[in-house]
Amino acid sequence: MDNGDRILLNHIQKGFPVTSRPFQEVGGWLNMTEEEVLERLRRLSQEGYLSRFGPVLNPRRLGGNSTLAAMMVPQERLEVAIAAVNGHPQVSHNYLREHPFNLWFVVSAESEAVIQGVLAEIEEETGLAVINLPMEEEYFVEVNFQFEVDNP
Amino acid sequence: MAVEIERRLILAIQGGLPLVPQPYLAVARELGITEEEVIILIDGMLADGRIKRIGAVPNHYALGIIANGMSVWNVPDHQVAEVGRRMGQLPVVTHCYRRPRRPPHWPYNLFAMVHGYSREDVLVTVDGIARELELEGLPREVIFSTQLLKKTGVRFQEGWASLGRAGLAASSGD
Repeated sequence: MDNGDRILLNHIQKGFPVTSRPFQEVGGWLNMTEEEVLERLRRLSQEGYLSRFGPVLNPRRLGGNSTLAAMMVPQERLEVAIAAVNGHPQVSHNYLREHPFNLWFVVSAESEAVIQGVLAEIEEETGLAVINLPMEEEYFVEVNFQFEVDNP
Repeated sequence: MAVEIERRLILAIQGGLPLVPQPYLAVARELGITEEEVIILIDGMLADGRIKRIGAVPNHYALGIIANGMSVWNVPDHQVAEVGRRMGQLPVVTHCYRRPRRPPHWPYNLFAMVHGYSREDVLVTVDGIARELELEGLPREVIFSTQLLKKTGVRFQEGWASLGRAGLAASSGD
């Protein structure tokens, strides 16, 4: 990843244009051609530096819901539990953490009923209890990773 | 919450936008509508927050921000709203939520995500939060992630787009 990549990522985490030629517009901000912007993003994606490029949805506003769930998984059952959790398309994030509650995942779906179904299935598939930790109140969320760039 | 064409659009773009010069045109062709209609629909959903934003979601882990610290706190119920509001506004906190306690094993009700280049970084930051918000006496932990196992973003099922009115009412969980 070079300086140009970092500058690009810094600029397109939010406010990506919704216009006919959005990459050309971004190029205009950064003194890059449309093709250069696209090439950089393709490469960053292939190399694993870009998780996703597209919309970040708000399931709640779309009639659905989202929740955080956690499990205490004994070491010897970890591989199976991870596969079980990851196997559900409604699981959008899954992290291993250092704590007795070691598996933490986000379930998002178009309805609460689907979410409850997924949590129940995971319990059944793994034989382990899942604690459901839905948000009761949200206090300002802003995810924006600004990377250090070398200024000439 | 969303009419059928909006739902079809969400399903078409929830996996990501194509990296082509006219991405919204590509989506429009898939849906049988015009590029301009796609742009108008997306703008509408951005305006009302059904789409939070469009852009790059970097893999911060691959980019050196490897310390992902979930700070969790047990804040007395009569104080948690105020503490949460102040904590959520701190620039170092990316997500802050109140969630239920789950006794006997889970006594915490406030979550604040803090990212950093190292664990030491994050721990120092969380100590700073505790000092600044006068929370030093409260039970808390910082729980670090050791592996990102999956990160795909929200994915609704294909059947969602064609739910009729009855289906909408049944599935909205009202």
